[in-house]
Amino acid sequence: MAILITKRLLMMLLTMFAVSLILFLLLEIDVDTIAIKVLGQFSTEEQRYLWLERNGYYEPVYKRYIIWLGNFITGDFGTSTIYKIPVAEVLWPRLWNTTILAFWVFVFLVPVSLVLGILSGMREGSKLDRTISVVSILTTSVPEFASTVFFSGLFVFSLQWLPGTSSMFEGFDWKQLVLPVLVLLVYDFGYVTRMTRASMAEVMTTHYVRTAVLKGLPYKRVILKHALRNALIAPFTVLMLQINWLLSGVIVVEFFYAYKGFGALLLEAALRQDIYMIEACTMVAVFVVVMTQVFSDIAYTLLNPRIRFS
Amino acid sequence: MSEATLNTATEAKNPVSGLRRIIMMIGLMRESPAGMVGAFLVSFWVLVAIFAPLISPFEPNATLVPFMKPGAVNPDGGTFWLGTDHIGRDILSRIIWGSRTVLFYAPLATFCAYVLGIVMGLVAGYYRGWIDDVLSRIGDMILSFPVLVLYIIIISTVGASGLNIVIAIVFASGPGIMRIVRGLVLDLRNRDYVAAAQTRGESAWRIMLVEILPNARGPLIVDACLRMGYVIINIGVLGFLGLGLPPPDPDWGGMINETRQMALIFPHMTVIPCIAISTLILGFNLLADGMRDISLRD
Repeated sequence: MAILITKRLLMMLLTMFAVSLILFLLLEIDVDTIAIKVLGQFSTEEQRYLWLERNGYYEPVYKRYIIWLGNFITGDFGTSTIYKIPVAEVLWPRLWNTTILAFWVFVFLVPVSLVLGILSGMREGSKLDRTISVVSILTTSVPEFASTVFFSGLFVFSLQWLPGTSSMFEGFDWKQLVLPVLVLLVYDFGYVTRMTRASMAEVMTTHYVRTAVLKGLPYKRVILKHALRNALIAPFTVLMLQINWLLSGVIVVEFFYAYKGFGALLLEAALRQDIYMIEACTMVAVFVVVMTQVFSDIAYTLLNPRIRFS
Repeated sequence: MSEATLNTATEAKNPVSGLRRIIMMIGLMRESPAGMVGAFLVSFWVLVAIFAPLISPFEPNATLVPFMKPGAVNPDGGTFWLGTDHIGRDILSRIIWGSRTVLFYAPLATFCAYVLGIVMGLVAGYYRGWIDDVLSRIGDMILSFPVLVLYIIIISTVGASGLNIVIAIVFASGPGIMRIVRGLVLDLRNRDYVAAAQTRGESAWRIMLVEILPNARGPLIVDACLRMGYVIINIGVLGFLGLGLPPPDPDWGGMINETRQMALIFPHMTVIPCIAISTLILGFNLLADGMRDISLRD
């Protein structure tokens, strides 16, 4: 077990390292464009030269990369060109807001998708199964940006129940959180439901479930005691990996609802070429994804005795 | 010469090809209602795209009368069946021409991604060893980016154009396809017919492309259909975020982005492209589902 964790963590470090190298080469190899992006279009040749000189941009590339990486690891991401303050001061609060959003999505996503998936996988081909399958295909076919439009039309315009933006200018307001959570939930639950259904349906055809049914155990007991334990291993991994999707979805939803989160920040940074912000946001995003992969791998091993003991 | 005879021999042995095969596919599809609906939706949009110049009532980029409600009559003749947008372009015509945009770029990007993914997957799965390690590591690395983050970084660095969107999609989806192909190849490479081909002395590429790949087609076709849906979503998302195809040519995602600020007063401008893109994606997803049903049956 310890070997597995160390191996996975080392792999993760290697991936982060490679990603950082690519990112650095992509964004910082050409020093003249950096100077333009940081100092603006209307800076003079001389200003750019002085700035580059002062910030050590005329050092060899490998040296610059090492210094950059060192600063990065110690949490010094540079100064944002949009906000004119250190990137970290903008990034962490924004990341916290997105964490709140993602937390509420998961609070609803986990029970909804697992229950629906188990119900439809329990009796494959039944009417309930067909209905749930069609609904989940339907909801995953409507992209987030389309459902933001539909839901806003319904809840903001027609019914006037909820506010149309979620900028939270006057402090935290749960009403403003409802629509972003709903949109992400509707788009994401279908996939997890279908995965849970597939896993459950597979378990239902195994010999030990058949044996349990044939020896006369109550159906409820067969499901709860025998089937579920094995059926839930795969959906657990799927749920963990869903964080990758959520990070993409969050960009669209935060952009539409003007929610002050991480996704909107990343998009803004990319559109306005705030390179230090792009670097920091991307590394954070990749870190989160890689971390969840490591966690799901370890958890999968812990949950699945066949792997644990081999 | 021997290769030519071999080809004619296989063709003669297998007369069920081309049209017959497609008819058989449709016959099988009948057994899956969801698949039928999907096939209907997809072919509807394909026909719309093909006949766009014939059925579109106005020029897609012509500025006529702004802020018209659906069904309003154009003073210069004709009806705006779905209304007009904020600068007076007919929405129906833009939807019709926009289907061409999406049905050109999405299949092109998916196809290119498949070519890359299949080649990488075949090589990694067939040769194993260090080349497999290298390709898999590169793939893992690309897959550790949230998809949209990768798109945004690529497009914002190299600029938004049709070609760049295709490149970004190929780059981001290639590794996922590689993983699937690699898994299939690992299973198929130990079959007897592969060993037979190796004994015959066939070249590695011939074995990969002629012996292994056709036998992996089932799962790949289903995956391609699903992936097509994701690619359409992603092209839409890029348009929606303002990173899509440059205006003024109609693009569904871009249409939503341009008019979303007015969605509360003029909902038709935004809702109609949303419905268009959702039905097309739904079509591909249902089609994939139907084909999976059929492939599981036999």
